[in-house]
Amino acid sequence: MDLTHVETYRGAHDREGLRLRPGERLLAGGTWLFSEPQPQVTGLVDLTAMHWEPWEPLPGGGLRLAATCTVQQARAAPWPSPTLAERCADALLMSFKVQSAATVGGNLCLGLPAGAMIALTAALDGEVVVWTPDGAERRAPVADFVLDAGVVDLRPGEVLRSVELPGPALRQASALRRAALTTHGRSAALVIGRRSADAVVLTVTASVPRPVVLALPPTETAAAVRDAVAAACGATGWFADPHGAADWRAAQTVGLAAEVHAELVEGAA
Amino acid sequence: MILDGDEVPGAPAPGQCLRTWIRACGGTAVKKGCDSGDCGACTVLLDGVPVHSCITPAARAAGRAVTTAAGLGTPEELSPVQRRFVEAGAFQCGFCTPGWVVTATALADADGTVRVADPERVFKGNLCRCTGYRSIRDALAGTVNVTAGGGVGCSVAAPAGPRVVTGREAFTLDLPDTGVLHVALVRSPHAHARVVAVDRGAAEEVPGVVLVLTPADSPDVLYSTARHENRLDDPDDTRLLDEVVRFRGQRVVAVVAESAAAAQRAAALVDVRYEVLPAVFDPEASRAPGAPLLHGEKDAAASRIADPARNVVAATHGEVGDVATGLRTAAHTVRGTWTSGRVAHAALETHGARAWVDDDGTLVVRTSTQVPFLVRDELARVLGRAPDRVRVVAARVGGGFGGKQELLVEDVVALAALRLAERGDRRPVQLEMTREEQFTAIPLRHPMRVTVELGADAEGRLTAMRVEVLSDTGAYGNHGPGVMFHGVHESVAVYRCPAKRVDAEAVYTNNPPSGAFRGYGLGQVVFAIESALDELAREVGITPFDLRRRNVVVPGDPLVVNGPPTTDLEFGSYGLDQCLDLAEAALAGTRPAVPPAEGWAIGEGMALAMIATIPPRGHHSHARIALSPDGTATVAVGTAEFGNGTATVHTQLVAQALGLDPDRVRLIASDTATSGYDSGAFGSTGSVVAGLAVQRAAAEVRRRLDALGGLPALRRTEGPVVGTGTCDGGRRSVAFNVHAVRVAVHPASGEVRVLDSVQAVDAGVVLNPEQLRGQVEGGVAQAVGSALQEEVVVVDGQVRTRGFRTYRTPQLGDVPTTRVLVADTVDALGPHGAKSMSEAPYNPVAPAIANAVRDAVGVRPHDLPMSRDRIWRLTRGGTP
Repeated sequence: MDLTHVETYRGAHDREGLRLRPGERLLAGGTWLFSEPQPQVTGLVDLTAMHWEPWEPLPGGGLRLAATCTVQQARAAPWPSPTLAERCADALLMSFKVQSAATVGGNLCLGLPAGAMIALTAALDGEVVVWTPDGAERRAPVADFVLDAGVVDLRPGEVLRSVELPGPALRQASALRRAALTTHGRSAALVIGRRSADAVVLTVTASVPRPVVLALPPTETAAAVRDAVAAACGATGWFADPHGAADWRAAQTVGLAAEVHAELVEGAA
Repeated sequence: MILDGDEVPGAPAPGQCLRTWIRACGGTAVKKGCDSGDCGACTVLLDGVPVHSCITPAARAAGRAVTTAAGLGTPEELSPVQRRFVEAGAFQCGFCTPGWVVTATALADADGTVRVADPERVFKGNLCRCTGYRSIRDALAGTVNVTAGGGVGCSVAAPAGPRVVTGREAFTLDLPDTGVLHVALVRSPHAHARVVAVDRGAAEEVPGVVLVLTPADSPDVLYSTARHENRLDDPDDTRLLDEVVRFRGQRVVAVVAESAAAAQRAAALVDVRYEVLPAVFDPEASRAPGAPLLHGEKDAAASRIADPARNVVAATHGEVGDVATGLRTAAHTVRGTWTSGRVAHAALETHGARAWVDDDGTLVVRTSTQVPFLVRDELARVLGRAPDRVRVVAARVGGGFGGKQELLVEDVVALAALRLAERGDRRPVQLEMTREEQFTAIPLRHPMRVTVELGADAEGRLTAMRVEVLSDTGAYGNHGPGVMFHGVHESVAVYRCPAKRVDAEAVYTNNPPSGAFRGYGLGQVVFAIESALDELAREVGITPFDLRRRNVVVPGDPLVVNGPPTTDLEFGSYGLDQCLDLAEAALAGTRPAVPPAEGWAIGEGMALAMIATIPPRGHHSHARIALSPDGTATVAVGTAEFGNGTATVHTQLVAQALGLDPDRVRLIASDTATSGYDSGAFGSTGSVVAGLAVQRAAAEVRRRLDALGGLPALRRTEGPVVGTGTCDGGRRSVAFNVHAVRVAVHPASGEVRVLDSVQAVDAGVVLNPEQLRGQVEGGVAQAVGSALQEEVVVVDGQVRTRGFRTYRTPQLGDVPTTRVLVADTVDALGPHGAKSMSEAPYNPVAPAIANAVRDAVGVRPHDLPMSRDRIWRLTRGGTP
């Protein structure tokens, strides 16, 4: 929709250009900003004009996804196995048409519980690289970057530059389970598991306001997995919105977590 | 930007989206369905890549190639994909179609076929509310369903097809935008408040603002937004801009400006001061003593409100026979209470209208309405003008489902246009609803609580029926009385029972208003009654089909609710027995069914519904046909085409009667200036009332033509051969639908999966088989939505589901295939023996699914929607 209060539109071509004036907002690819009225926004700064490489290999077999890497480009990145990225992209409510424009960084910065790029990068032990206003950068785990539903750890003047995924996590076996009120609707619970050397690392999103990550021993019983997930998510608080009530989401999450755990343990056996 | 091959000059505004830039450049093929990237109606190719133009910044398209459906082909030279959509008959209203065509084009092979493994995933970003998606799947696959020629009984293609698929069919607001003024509405943040003061100073100073209308500018006339043939059917409780607001989102002030952006910016600056009043949101609490009164100051008789002192807008209490005895002496009794939630029509085209004053002083209103003549008459009344000084025109309507049987935008643009014309400013004034306004300020389906108690003898013959209904009409009465009376009518009258009692009340609350919705109350009440009957069949120990066979009315039976039998309804034909047999056999034919996986339970269920083919108390239509010497027939008829397919049927009727090819028939419809009076397209009347008028007019032309010596003599006539026909809808028949389903239920997740879906319909003689199938499939799809996933969530009068992102309109992957079976009947009243069949398919679906869920899991659902969270709770023994 038209953003009727916006009076300026400019591309950001360098770090200096990313400095926002009062009323300006960074615009990524998707664009969610145009999907709701934005009465507080008077200027748009197009981040895609930075022309960052969508993805780059990292030493040790890792992968760096630029904030402006589109979901479609992320699907096609050189994953050791592309399945998890594809399934996360499919978990998004948005159609393939939006995926060709929407960005990984935009998904992270929106901080929505159902943000499947948050789920993907948190589950793969990702680390955000944030450009700070003093010209430096700082890093934080994706799971810590999202603070609450729609709230992320970006201070004034900071810009999400990229998310880095370490090599070992990319090579580990993974499993994904998802619940939603309709088959292709917005995720109400999303559980991703990753089999590390000595643990099953479960990442829960969509049913909690921020990602919950917990490492459980492979030997854990299904009941113990359920209890552990219930306790960890319960401590964070279950999320409720029109995409699902909290009690149902909680039940789905613990059930899916047990399935994911079992799949990864049995798959390794 | 290079738009459909042509370089367009200029640059977009900084905050402009591509959709509005394209439209400002004359590209009206892109439609606004949601304006938030969820529905796909505005899809374009940007350098060959499909994007939702409503969420694409216009600046990104500068210098690039933008292709809309209009750029892919022309009506004369369709692209392969466009041809597929025409040949499959893959649209009804056609508003979403250009977006589908563009999206499919991005994925199609050279021959137009879309070969994707999972269309459910690929097309989740394209919504269609009319078709139920089967015909769209056919278009993607290249299946041909329609023919160019043929008369009654053939699947003739909709005349508008080539224009619709190329984005050239002009919907209401697809007109040039130059010099048009735009309205933005200031809406109440309070559920109940008195407007104490309005300061419009800051708004009037915004450049481009030309008019600000406040409650002080409103005509002091009470009316109803609901429109019926008899305006006395609906309560006069609404003022154009009122000094009391009764729901969150009610309009308070209208700002008119030279651009939509200026109007919106100015609207934000209007300072309204309110005195907040106590509010009530629960209909039971609302009718209890001491509740805040919504319309307590109004005169009950003058406004036609049953009891303003109890917030009751309409009530019926009555009994025939002795229900207490019938229940006491019954061998079996069942009792339960069922609720249904708020549902949105979700027509892809939002409400919109444009008004201006013509050179001769006529007020012209072009609007997306099902009822142009009724809108004209009420506008004339509200604005104090003679009806012949008001002209209302409807273009092709982008979906209605009852939502456009209301006066919701026309009054504001008309008032503004008249005020401006008084000052010599004759620019058109336009108001286009946002999708959010559609969810928060436009009437929704009435939520109802229905209690049913049934008694039966040992063989399962009903001895008593007791039905109690509480309907939440929200802040205004509009369709509340009609929906309540209709809801308890055919649902109860279809059963033969010596003792019946119905107590129903429609109650005001400070929730958003409820209104007319496909089925008009039957869906909610049928859900309860058919669920109770299913339980009764279990008690008696017979199949639900047999229980119905023992109790349904047959020709000769009186049609009784809670008083004297209905006298203006007759069995023009009867196919309910066939429908029961057809549905039962079809479902049995797919046994044995296997669960999809471990942890799933399977169940079967059925339900029926009866519907009158025409609303009561008159429904009028006039048709005029002029057969020119060149052999083309021009048909003028007042009803509106909103995806119901009447334009096709009327064309077929004329082509058949006069022996013409359908492409020689031209239809001029839904314009109060060009045809005789028509009550409008509601109550499923487009074929059986307007169609009958058209058929009679065609018969007259035929008689005159034959007197001249037949078609060959036509060339020798001086002018056209003219015939007229009318229909008053005075004689009404009944139609029937039986739905049967097999579902799989997964208690752990609450998922209900429809494995088999059958609907048997008694539509009389089928005039256009493909269109009939489409109407049934579309009705079933809408019903599957209300049964399983759709709900407008309202908390303390505040709507929480404010767009397609939170409101779960069924996507392609959410709608099961439904087999449509047709009873062999010929109606004594309808055109060529046909009966109406557009609302009716909706009504029996939710109870059929609920009964199947009960069969699968052993617990009965009582609440709609049967969403996964609710079914999960239900199977765990919890409360929904």
